[in-house]
Amino acid sequence: MEQDIQTWVNLAAYAGGGLSIGFGAIGAAIGEGYTAAQANAAVSRNPALAGDVFKSMLVGQAIAESASIFALVVAMILLFSTISANSFIAVIAVFAAGLAMGFGAVGSGVGAGFPAGAACVGMVRQPAMSGKLTTNMLIGSAVCQTPSIFALVIAFILIFSDFSSHPFWPTWGAILGAGLAAGLSAIGSGIGGGIVAGASSKGIARQPTAIKPVTNIMLLGQAISQTPAILGLLVAFILIFKEFTATETIAPAMALLGSGLCMGIGGIGPGIGEGIASSGGVKWIARNEKSIGTLTRTMLVGMAVAESTAIYAMVISLVLVFVV
Amino acid sequence: MAIEGADLIKAAAFLGAGLSMGLGAIGPGVGEGMAAAKACEAIGRNPKEAGLLTRTMLVGQAVSESTGIYSLVVALLLLFVV
Repeated sequence: MEQDIQTWVNLAAYAGGGLSIGFGAIGAAIGEGYTAAQANAAVSRNPALAGDVFKSMLVGQAIAESASIFALVVAMILLFSTISANSFIAVIAVFAAGLAMGFGAVGSGVGAGFPAGAACVGMVRQPAMSGKLTTNMLIGSAVCQTPSIFALVIAFILIFSDFSSHPFWPTWGAILGAGLAAGLSAIGSGIGGGIVAGASSKGIARQPTAIKPVTNIMLLGQAISQTPAILGLLVAFILIFKEFTATETIAPAMALLGSGLCMGIGGIGPGIGEGIASSGGVKWIARNEKSIGTLTRTMLVGMAVAESTAIYAMVISLVLVFVV
Repeated sequence: MAIEGADLIKAAAFLGAGLSMGLGAIGPGVGEGMAAAKACEAIGRNPKEAGLLTRTMLVGQAVSESTGIYSLVVALLLLFVV
């Protein structure tokens, strides 16, 4: 059979583009639906503020949308641009780029819905705080988008890099693994960061005087919740840029693919867990500002323990790349 | 390229090790986060008992960590023993 690389690259690009926007649409839709539901609940409490709530709902939904717009951009590039096809690795790379951006957009979309919903409910509770609530919501949901930006970076690198000098075995495993590591690990951090931001918006609405410590601890919690996505990005970079020697066996390629899967899937749980832990801290700092020191300490200890499984996953994936 | 039995087993062991640690990390991560959130809630309600509550949280998290450690052990076994 004649092996026409360009046809295979186009085939993989179309499949990858479909998966990119297909998966990428999941998160934003859930997040925006949650925001709309909370906005409806808020309007029913105080119909006089319907205009403000409506505005804030739309702003929040627009931010939640951005992750899926990244996925749409990647899908468009995969569908309509001419992708250089000088080796079979390019076939894997464009498919992996679609997977990375598709999975990577899920978490940020879901996550950005939480602060937007909480801000809508909050401004009905404390109409005087609506400006500050909107600011807090914007900061919180902007930080939620970082994991999807990591995924976008990896997707662009995969689409536009030239892998023709690398041997097909085992590099294809590394390339597919890199896409999965960056994409899957972004799910947890996106959702986790959103849970923290939602708790912060709720807390500010309940206790407007606590806005400063609550915002600070929210940013701290969100930063730590991003670590699994950063570990995923690190593993993806290692898998993309490391040179591998050509092999005649399947095992090295599977080790590299396993490495990416391990860090990608392993980052989901810790990201969500750290978000839950930090949301507990933020919520109660708003209610009991005097105990901020103890609460922050316990929150950080709890988050560190939740991070441990992500570290195990990173260790196993680095062992898979460098040792076996 | 020729596919041999030993090579196939190695390949499956590597992929299995990655999946074992990856999937095994989800549960403990979420569970430990819930424990920490509830500990923060309890400290917020009763700050005087912070020491006791943090200790209890850590014991609870250590127990939920155990399945993550099983995954790690199984992954290491698949990598270096099988």
